[in-house]
Amino acid sequence: MPEQTLLSVQNLSIEAGNTTIIEGVDLDIKPGEMVGLVGESGSGKSVTALALMRLLAEPPMKIVSGRILFGESEILTLSERALRTLRGNEIAMIFQEPMTSLNPVFTVGQQIREMIHLHSSLSGPQANEKAWELLARVGIPSPKDALLRYPHQLSGGQRQRVMIAIALACKPKLLIADEPTTALDVTVQAQILELIDGLRRETGMAVLLITHDLGVVAQHCDRVAVMYLGSIVEHAPIADLIGNPKHRYTEALMRTIPSNNEPGTRLPAIGGTVPQPAQRPPGCAFHPRCEAAIDRCVAEVPLLDGQDHRTACWNPVP
Amino acid sequence: MSLLSVHNLTKTFSGANGARVQAVSDVSFSVQAGEVLGVVGESGCGKTTLGHAILRLTDPDYGKVMYGGLDLVSATKSELKRSRRDLQIIFQDPFGSLNPRHKIGTVVGEPLLVHGIGSRSERRDRVASLLNLVGLPEDSSNRFPHEFSGGQRQRIAIARALALEPKLIIADESVSALDVSIQSQILNLIAELRMKLGMSIIFISHDLSVIRHISDRIAVMYLGRIVEIGPAIQVMSKPQHPYTQALLSSVPEISLSRNKARATISGEPPDPSNPPSGCPFSNRCPQATSLCRMTRPKLLPVSGDAKGVETACHLYAN
Repeated sequence: MPEQTLLSVQNLSIEAGNTTIIEGVDLDIKPGEMVGLVGESGSGKSVTALALMRLLAEPPMKIVSGRILFGESEILTLSERALRTLRGNEIAMIFQEPMTSLNPVFTVGQQIREMIHLHSSLSGPQANEKAWELLARVGIPSPKDALLRYPHQLSGGQRQRVMIAIALACKPKLLIADEPTTALDVTVQAQILELIDGLRRETGMAVLLITHDLGVVAQHCDRVAVMYLGSIVEHAPIADLIGNPKHRYTEALMRTIPSNNEPGTRLPAIGGTVPQPAQRPPGCAFHPRCEAAIDRCVAEVPLLDGQDHRTACWNPVP
Repeated sequence: MSLLSVHNLTKTFSGANGARVQAVSDVSFSVQAGEVLGVVGESGCGKTTLGHAILRLTDPDYGKVMYGGLDLVSATKSELKRSRRDLQIIFQDPFGSLNPRHKIGTVVGEPLLVHGIGSRSERRDRVASLLNLVGLPEDSSNRFPHEFSGGQRQRIAIARALALEPKLIIADESVSALDVSIQSQILNLIAELRMKLGMSIIFISHDLSVIRHISDRIAVMYLGRIVEIGPAIQVMSKPQHPYTQALLSSVPEISLSRNKARATISGEPPDPSNPPSGCPFSNRCPQATSLCRMTRPKLLPVSGDAKGVETACHLYAN
């Protein structure tokens, strides 16, 4: 038996209207692993994450093919009732803007207890005790007072800590974190990422970290998948991806980042912009912006190829 | 002789329940001709208010902004209008800062119209050459803002700012809303234009890697004050103030060595309506002494090898 897989996404494709927005996504996550899903805006990383929880707005979006296996369950065929048990209990999710995820008219304590009551049979006082423990665990100062506070009375970093506490309430096996630190300042971002990383080491939960920031991925993830225009173009252990990016898009992306260049020098920019999904170029979707495109890139769609370090590129970086 | 100098600039806002927030406190610095001064700080540190107060887009409480022998803070409306020909601003949001009902030709040509420059056909020619300068197609003049991508809109905003051939541009988070691949295009454009036109830039950003890349000198702000200012190389390689050090160590780097991004400070910036007494950073500073909590340190030159650096920290007082 090979190493066991917690979540397995196979050949997932999603349409919005009649436009394909996600095409043939494959992604495996093992228990305790932190996997990064990286891409620029419009690459489809958030849509993919929502699909894993079956939280897509259907219609207009529609999953047209693929399988999502979570342990023994096939998420795409689960009943709404089974999905409700899965969400929160097994898979939890946190988002970029904690203020819109928290209900402004309930206290922090009420919102954590709601989660505990929905998914366990603890009594009121027991639930309160547990809420207090969770807040202490995510590093909220004076957690007893914090239980009585409303979201607007907390700072951005504390709100994200509360969201993490709610997500942890049922000891999920997988935490999906969609740009969890993008709205936070850099000093607070470092704290929240260390918290998430520490919790997964402590509890053994897996984390799917969705971000546009390659630096965040480099510092915390075991593996990373890079998305461009709805497809995964490269998927590798983090050291391989950072040390030897193979897809031309990944390589261009890393070269263009200011901190990888001498101050004041001209940045090796990627020309053009990410096209709209409806105007998806034929062949490799990146070819119109790629400096190394060959004839085959225009004619044929490349598929992910390789063992540990997989890339979908006809003319990869040697 | 400096191009523009700011002396003791202070701006206070009144908040709810009588709270008073000093967004900019006693800030002094100068900008040399042709220089890029980077202003970096986290949200709420007052960097945007500083930019607005310099141009009197918001009226400062007191202080001086000296430009060409004129104090902008006490200048009359007509004096101000004249000096604004030389002082321009580019905003963060390229969607909110362009009037959606105006064609690009009108948007870019408006500064010329306001200042009564040229005939109709001269203005049209000037707009065409400006659009060409920022790398937009010539037919852009007759199109509306919604027809352009975020990066292209930022080019339009830059063309507008350049219309009057300013001596100084304040760029407020001008690349923050853009994806990495587009961000580097715009950074290259700004650097190119600066070489070609020789203007000074006050480049405001929360992003240290961008600031490091583009700046000749860097000012670090915390809670309305400059805590460190000096040559970019010095500030980035040998940060003096503990806040600058914490800020630099928090940035997740794209490198194979982990633990480069560390949360070296706990907590979050304090409520600006109730700043700590003494040094504004004292309640988060790992090296704070009782002196730091009581007495506010002045911005003073650092002795030793940190040449040209000034910092507001008791650790360096002798």
